[in-house]
Amino acid sequence: MARIIVITSGKGGVGKTTTSAALAMGLAQRGRRTAVIDFDVGLRNLDLIMGCERRVVFDFVNVINEEANLNQALIRDKRCDHLYVLPASQTRDKEALTKEGVGRVLDELAQTFDFIVCDSPAGIEHGATMAMYFADDAVVVTNPEVSSVRDSDRMLGILSSKSRRAEANEEPIREYLLLTRYDPQRVDSGEMLSVDDVQEILSLHLLGIVPESKAVLTSSNAGIPVILDRESDAGQAYADMVSRYLGEEVPHRFLHAEKKGFLSRLFRG
Amino acid sequence: MGLLDYFRSSHSKGSASVAKERLQILVAHDRRERGCPSYLPQLQREILAVIRKYVDVDMSAVSVNYEQEDSHEVLELNIVLPDTAQNRL
Repeated sequence: MARIIVITSGKGGVGKTTTSAALAMGLAQRGRRTAVIDFDVGLRNLDLIMGCERRVVFDFVNVINEEANLNQALIRDKRCDHLYVLPASQTRDKEALTKEGVGRVLDELAQTFDFIVCDSPAGIEHGATMAMYFADDAVVVTNPEVSSVRDSDRMLGILSSKSRRAEANEEPIREYLLLTRYDPQRVDSGEMLSVDDVQEILSLHLLGIVPESKAVLTSSNAGIPVILDRESDAGQAYADMVSRYLGEEVPHRFLHAEKKGFLSRLFRG
Repeated sequence: MGLLDYFRSSHSKGSASVAKERLQILVAHDRRERGCPSYLPQLQREILAVIRKYVDVDMSAVSVNYEQEDSHEVLELNIVLPDTAQNRL
């Protein structure tokens, strides 16, 4: 039986799609059959981040409307055999994602995949609620910044009341926190909320801390999930995240700025 | 961090502590509202309308509090009536 993971945040621009691509690629690299679905109908982006935008023929809405079957719409990743992308449609209206249709597609995917990663759009509108409705696990992507933390808290409220698990009175969705765009230097100087500050408010299971990193833009420019850049801090942070999600105990990194020498601190660092 | 900042940083707490305080207040408020039944604002408006038929009270005179404890829910109504009898319509 597949595990359905929603990548959510409420606020836009915090790194949901980057995280979805990294998590899906990371799981697939470890041999888990993984499908990643773009729920952002109208503004699809996951295909760009995954680097498969020119191979999109059919999309999620085509499958829901039975204009194409799942095998026609799924795009197999060229770098990893176990990874498939289901792109969002670009033009259809958002109501095309019916609860019944989404449930049917997820059920079909669950027969062949180990993990289904749902990349949620920003906001709390239809697409976002559909992305989370069927989830077993939720990764709440948060920046150490007031509006992002507040939105994450609101998403937690929605996860615990408006999901299939909540409605069916089943065990609640497992909620994880992923703190992204973390700048340890600014945290150390008291200019940015620390992971402890954020956890004091959200208190979730911490899946990882992804530092603010140039590698994220470089990777998205090239259509390569940043987790494949093993040299980069963000790539390593995402690899750690995948390990933790799969139950390995990995100590958290990138919590503090690298120590500088006394002289370089005096003469600006 | 330059030389001056090096000494200054020991004095100022930085803006993160302000952010945290604001968030704690905001999130506590959000959570209180979230736990409430959705009919609460409507209930508050209607109760106020009934009271205003008889007494000239202020719009803010009725406060409705909802609390949920383990086995029961408490709905608390607080109505502040004006001091003098002249206020009666």
